[in-house]
Amino acid sequence: MTALGKLLRTTAFKLTAAYLVIFVLFAGFLLGYVAWNARNLLFAQVDSTIEAEARGLADAASQGGIRRLVGLIERRTRQPGSSLYLLVTPAGETVAGNIAIPADSLELFAGARQITYAHTDDDARPHQALVRVFALPGGFRLLVGRDIGEAERLRGVIRRAFGWALSLVVVMALLAGWFVTRRVLGRIEAMSVTARSVMDGDLSGRIAVTGTNDELDRLAENLNAMLARIELLMAGLKEVSDNIAHDLKTPLTRLRNGAEAALRGPHDAAGYRRALEGTIEEADGLIRVFNALLMIARAEAGSSHDGMADFDLSEVVRDMVELYEPVAEEAGVPLRLEVPATLPLHGSRELIGQALANLVDNAIKHAPRVGDGDGPVTNAPDLLVKAAIHGDRVEIVVADRGPGIPEADRGRVLDRFVRLEGARSRPGFGLGLSLAAAVARLHGGTLRLEDNAPGLRAILALPVRPGGPHDGAG
Amino acid sequence: MRMKILIVEDDPKAAAYLVKAFAESGHLADHAADGLDGYAMAESGDYDVLVVDRMLPKLDGLSLIHGLREQRIETPVLILSALGQVDDRVKGLRAGGDDYLAKPYAFSELLARIEVLARRRRTGPAEETRYRVADLELDRLARTVLRASKPIDLQPREFRLLEYLMKHAGQVVTRTMLLENVWDYHFDPQTNVIDVHLSRLRGKIDKGFDRPLIHTVRGAGYVIRDGAR
Repeated sequence: MTALGKLLRTTAFKLTAAYLVIFVLFAGFLLGYVAWNARNLLFAQVDSTIEAEARGLADAASQGGIRRLVGLIERRTRQPGSSLYLLVTPAGETVAGNIAIPADSLELFAGARQITYAHTDDDARPHQALVRVFALPGGFRLLVGRDIGEAERLRGVIRRAFGWALSLVVVMALLAGWFVTRRVLGRIEAMSVTARSVMDGDLSGRIAVTGTNDELDRLAENLNAMLARIELLMAGLKEVSDNIAHDLKTPLTRLRNGAEAALRGPHDAAGYRRALEGTIEEADGLIRVFNALLMIARAEAGSSHDGMADFDLSEVVRDMVELYEPVAEEAGVPLRLEVPATLPLHGSRELIGQALANLVDNAIKHAPRVGDGDGPVTNAPDLLVKAAIHGDRVEIVVADRGPGIPEADRGRVLDRFVRLEGARSRPGFGLGLSLAAAVARLHGGTLRLEDNAPGLRAILALPVRPGGPHDGAG
Repeated sequence: MRMKILIVEDDPKAAAYLVKAFAESGHLADHAADGLDGYAMAESGDYDVLVVDRMLPKLDGLSLIHGLREQRIETPVLILSALGQVDDRVKGLRAGGDDYLAKPYAFSELLARIEVLARRRRTGPAEETRYRVADLELDRLARTVLRASKPIDLQPREFRLLEYLMKHAGQVVTRTMLLENVWDYHFDPQTNVIDVHLSRLRGKIDKGFDRPLIHTVRGAGYVIRDGAR
């Protein structure tokens, strides 16, 4: 498409054209009205002058007769810029006057009339005049009039003004249209350029926001927000693959080394068996990590929404506490449960159940055991699992009395594979908390880690109403 | 119990492994390499269980199952899939599958699940109200458990755990099967939560008796049966 074709097709240009037509019609109407009014005013003025003059002449005629009138007319016609006069006998012969006109123009009529005449003393160029005809005693008729060439000149002025105004409006409208169109096209073109650069792989590209807060700005802001989200997701994906590459290579190496060692070692069935069992164990561990990573990725991509339904959160919390109660007891950590009878919630029962299982599992692993020698334990080192409604959110709290997490590490620990020093000796892959955090995000909620003084208090806050605004509080 | 199993799987290596492993477990397994073959074989052959991969050439696994169910062929189906998330599972079961197992899986898990499916087909849906293994009795209606005619007091969840084990007496049930059927959650329990529940139940059922009934099957799960193998 040519540049002109593109221009003609834009909404801005079409709007400009429509406004142009409207403005021209409006300007035309306005000027026409002014011209018509000016003409009327002028004619009324001329008419009153004629009437006054005619009255004066009629007075002279009645006092001094026709002869005096003729003298008066002849005197006046000699003055420059005089009015127009014509006095005729009842037979139609001209007695005095300075114009020549057809005889029928001298018929009597009421009011003023516009006629075309020629001056007796100059060329036969036709002029326009406004005249009145009066009947005098004795059958004489007197025509008094004034040239209205001035009105004609006025009309000309207005016509020219109209022409100028029209061209000015057209030029201005075209300029404005061109400017607006170019501006809009320019901004849309800028958006296209950004989109292309994003398609080419540069996810950091953003559309410039002009700050005028118009609809294009809002569009740009929304597109930028979308791009930011995409970039975040891509960064997350990259991070996951980096982490997979980094952290899974260790168990894979162990797996391979184990198999190699078994092949190199003594050729006895029992040794092979042990090596194979070790291999399966390592493989199972790897599968677990992959499953957890996939689940986190899915939860973060928000693609598990179809698994959501209404369920009773209290029941899930009770289930999980019940599921972990024997493990906790074995570890010497009494579990304490505080839940209302029911807590209806919309979401994924499975994922929330698993997130809670991870939190409880985590808490049990880090809770000080009775007689652990981790320091003097004065209170019962119990583990509290609580669920309650706070405003428009449901909060599930898992609070332990373990060593807790230093404040500086609390954000980091939600990342994948992060395991704090001292936790490396304990079982786990460092995915439990990040999975819980991903589940919280999928439901539009948050996972907060707080100080339980001593210990860790993990709070899974989920909006009661599904699809509510993602509020980042906490 | 010797089962006749149809494996519909497009990866020849995986299929050969399954055929061999089933044969070693004393079962007879046939193999179809694509969805259409699988459909034709499932329609004509008298199989106890079908093991169907979800992504298959010519006809995908879910359509295959849907087609069979339309034809009123109710052979139990276990869906094998690399897609292992909760919603994939729901989709698979909605399409007419009876069980769902995500790849990669342990063969012991697959075998345990298939045996449960095959048995369900043979005994039919009618469930007994009383289960008995040796001198252990469970009454589902009265919700009582007797060992050597002495009542045993169980927590509700322990009762359901024992009920599930006894319903599948003589069959291996895996940890994930227990979590699915007794707790109704489908995630991987990661730690040994289920084992601890089992050892508690054992403490109530087997402690003080010289003949233990609940046995651990190494690398697979648990089985309740009369006498050690």
